[in-house]
Amino acid sequence: MMTKQEFLSKLRSGLVGLPQNEVEERFEFYREMIDDRMEEGISEEEAISDIGDVDEVISRIISEIPLTKIVKEKITPNKKFKAWEIVLLILGSPIWLSLIIAAIAVVLAVYISLWSVIISLWAAFGSVVGCAFGGILSGAFFVINGNIIKGIALIGAGITLLGLSILFFYGCKAATDGIIKLTKVIALKIKNCFVKKEEA
Amino acid sequence: MDIQLKRGLLDVCVLAAIKSEDSYGYKIIKDMKPYIELSESTLYTILKRLETSNMLTVHTAEHGGRLRKYYHITHEGLNRIEEFKKEWIEIMSIYKFVTKEDENDD
Repeated sequence: MMTKQEFLSKLRSGLVGLPQNEVEERFEFYREMIDDRMEEGISEEEAISDIGDVDEVISRIISEIPLTKIVKEKITPNKKFKAWEIVLLILGSPIWLSLIIAAIAVVLAVYISLWSVIISLWAAFGSVVGCAFGGILSGAFFVINGNIIKGIALIGAGITLLGLSILFFYGCKAATDGIIKLTKVIALKIKNCFVKKEEA
Repeated sequence: MDIQLKRGLLDVCVLAAIKSEDSYGYKIIKDMKPYIELSESTLYTILKRLETSNMLTVHTAEHGGRLRKYYHITHEGLNRIEEFKKEWIEIMSIYKFVTKEDENDD
């Protein structure tokens, strides 16, 4: 079984790389929760298991903190740079700057291509619906003008398209939901990259 | 339950838990337990949200040789509870409307 010390140290090491004040505040919050339980006579083990699985707590905290905050924490140096480090940074900037830009561009490209799939799916859906109504309307027009056979064929085609568009709608909706979920997963993965690196 | 609805309810519940006197994390969870289960991480998020929207203030006080955070409800927080009561009357009348058909069926 896990002790209070183990829980708290695991929590802290799991949150390394997140904004300092944020980590401190969460840490104190969970410590207080455990202490208050133990003060009431609940055993240490039970108090810890009440709080829940420490890994779950950690991943929940990471998912709650916005990515921008995590990246900012990474970019803001905790220590002052030495003169030679600054020189190296500036000299190396053609390399690391372009690498960072490339990385951001890749992530952005993935996002844009994912969403363009969705947009084109919906656009296709829109055109099918448009064709359906167009067919029905022009069919009706033909019927009124006495061209009954052509008219009925067009109306039939329009109604068929309308039926297909209903199926199409559910497909588009499923794809959109899937992409939204995927986007969230990717965001969490990127966050984890930042948080885990510090641990190593 | 719908996530948005539950979030709004939990906010008001936490405010109600600190309404009569300042309270602390574990006590809030204990007081709410008979009515609604709340995990630590959820409570943390709610408290943060209520603090940012000025519904409550936080102060630290010594307790048994350690520090404990206490949460104090503000005017805005009390107003939110009153608002909620009014909203609930509306919701109840909507509920009546929604379930009217059922009664007629019986």
